[in-house]
Amino acid sequence: MKVRAQIGMVLNLDKCIGCHTCSVTCKNVWTSRDGVEYAWFNNVETKPGIGYPKDWENQKRWKGGWQRTASGKLVPKQGAKWRILANIFANPSLPEIDDYYEPFTFDYDHLKSAPEMEAFPTARPRSLVSGERIEKIEWGPNWEEILGGEFAKRSKDYNFEGVQKEIYGEYENTFMMYLPRLCEHCLNPACVASCPSGAIYKREEDGVVLIDQEKCRGWRMCVSGCPYKKIYYNWESGKSEKCTFCYPRIESGMPTVCSETCVGRIRYLGVMLYDADRIAEAASVAGETDLYDAQLGIFLDPNDPAVIEAARAEGVPEDWIEAARHSPVWKMAMEWKVAFPLHPEYRTLPMVWYIPPLSPIKNAAEAGMLGHDTEMPDVKNLRIPVRYLANMLTAGDEAPVVTALERMLAMRAYMRGVKVNGEADASIAEKVGLDALTIEEMYHVMAIANYEDRFVIPTTHREQVEDAYDLRGGCGFTDGNQCSAGSSGGKLFGSRKIVLPAAE
Amino acid sequence: MNQFLFGTLPYIALTVLILGSIARYERDPATWKSSSSQLLRRRMLMWGSVLFHVGVLVVFFGHLFGLLIPVEFWDALGVRHEWKQALAAIGGGIAGAMALIGALLLIVRRLSDPRVAASSSFADTAIIIILAIQLVLGLATVPVSLANMDGHEMVKLMNWANGIFTFDGAAASYIADVPLIFKAHIVLGLIIFILFPFTRLVHLVSGLAAFVRYLLRPGFQIVRSRKGKRA
Repeated sequence: MKVRAQIGMVLNLDKCIGCHTCSVTCKNVWTSRDGVEYAWFNNVETKPGIGYPKDWENQKRWKGGWQRTASGKLVPKQGAKWRILANIFANPSLPEIDDYYEPFTFDYDHLKSAPEMEAFPTARPRSLVSGERIEKIEWGPNWEEILGGEFAKRSKDYNFEGVQKEIYGEYENTFMMYLPRLCEHCLNPACVASCPSGAIYKREEDGVVLIDQEKCRGWRMCVSGCPYKKIYYNWESGKSEKCTFCYPRIESGMPTVCSETCVGRIRYLGVMLYDADRIAEAASVAGETDLYDAQLGIFLDPNDPAVIEAARAEGVPEDWIEAARHSPVWKMAMEWKVAFPLHPEYRTLPMVWYIPPLSPIKNAAEAGMLGHDTEMPDVKNLRIPVRYLANMLTAGDEAPVVTALERMLAMRAYMRGVKVNGEADASIAEKVGLDALTIEEMYHVMAIANYEDRFVIPTTHREQVEDAYDLRGGCGFTDGNQCSAGSSGGKLFGSRKIVLPAAE
Repeated sequence: MNQFLFGTLPYIALTVLILGSIARYERDPATWKSSSSQLLRRRMLMWGSVLFHVGVLVVFFGHLFGLLIPVEFWDALGVRHEWKQALAAIGGGIAGAMALIGALLLIVRRLSDPRVAASSSFADTAIIIILAIQLVLGLATVPVSLANMDGHEMVKLMNWANGIFTFDGAAASYIADVPLIFKAHIVLGLIIFILFPFTRLVHLVSGLAAFVRYLLRPGFQIVRSRKGKRA
């Protein structure tokens, strides 16, 4: 047993209102720069839809994630090492920028500088890549927002696999949900595996996956290797970039920007202990539907004395072990089994998990469901097909998703009893395999969701690895040569001249 | 002039190549990259890039081994000069033609595609054109070479290259009488050496390094520990 700790995330989709605050704050902090205008380290998709970039879940097309060979070994889906190297001159599985969208701005200046005309001046779109006029914007961020576009296109959504999808195109039967997405900071990252330069790495102490900008050479194998398409090639700097899990904030015990600013309080951050020796074993189990269970199997119980001892032996700090015991991620993923990994079939063992959303009950009035306080509806009657959620979260296995949804319904029914009728009906909890106390804790963490319950983040112990005295007077985070901005001598070696806007 | 171009310039070029590359790697690693524009436009890149790179690498290693391995080595092996020249001319000709077709595709793409053109630096555009010219010069030596198949001219070039690396002061004189086209090809080649550290060409080194290190990397994953060592 080799104990490692990781800060994991859970997103409670049941409470996501699709406001994009996470995306916008993330964008403002991390990607409001040349070359990554099109990149959203965090984005929110309306499902069903083909998503961003287009059709990202279709790994037959993009070759992301891992595949299990006949001998039971794992190789990246885009090929073994020699195959990846053979594609280094031109990567056949790389999306083009149009698969995300061509970034654009508008000719705002024209609004005030236009001469007198018969019609009002308008601000027409212009490409941020070529600088040329875009006559018609064909695609953009959140093009499918709130079911935008025809069902025929949106229904290419991979999660409709095994679902009779036609009826969901009808107005009366349609459904939707939001899916906020970011880097999964996987235990078995396919991007790391695909990088010929060895520039991408997973941090041992907190599991954050980062790209070393000084080592990245722009071979772009990680872009196709990541099945979530959460690595972005910066066409200006010629290097790949990704979600950093806001590591400077995480290191000092603060939640990521997307989590901090989440209006619906749907995001949770907490420590998970796992057995690093069993990653390969868990990622290569034969059956795709067994992957969810296999991943649960390598998480270690922070209350188990043997685990605590092993964690100490591996140098996991005491406050991290303590934080693991209070981890909301552990509670939701392991104790209550309401959170699931996104597309476990990619075999990357992702560490950003999702609580499936409840949805309105189909034909509720007809079925006589309305007005019943304690009666629990059958989750099969929920508007979002269980199979659809299962395709997204458990490789198609409906049973765990059904259990989670039933537990969430039970939580509502039980708490309605307590708050409205003034009586706690413990039998509701027992029906879904829980007890009253657990339901109340679920309610506290999932529904009330206080800040300190959502974010249990121990600080990084940098004092153990470096002498803070040496950092005195340093320049903090830079992206260049020591304290320079990286542009001073850059021109000599072909980086483009940075023109600062003239002061007015 | 002959002495400067073929006796002195090679040392200037090699010095700039080596010191310049070290300086760039050391001082500005963030600019060391392949500068791929595949994300912006896939069209013409798939064929252009593959043909160009495969062709150029064959030609590059052909020159490396063909010029630097001493002629005595081939003699000892019993490889006749005619055979080696035929291999160089035919193999180099085919690979060079591939590279030239690829380079032309890439030039057309770089100049005509608005996205690629807008994101190209002057050096990006210049270096591919210079490489294409060098390929044309190289291919132009093939008919000259085929006209005289006894391997005599080739041995002169090999002796010159060996002379440069063994600090033979008379190296330049070995090729004083080779046809002008060879000389032009050599001079432009040395200029490309000088340009190497200042352009995207540096990614050649990383590509070769990645090839070796990726294949030698144990397993697939990389974990950096707190202590900075890899586990």
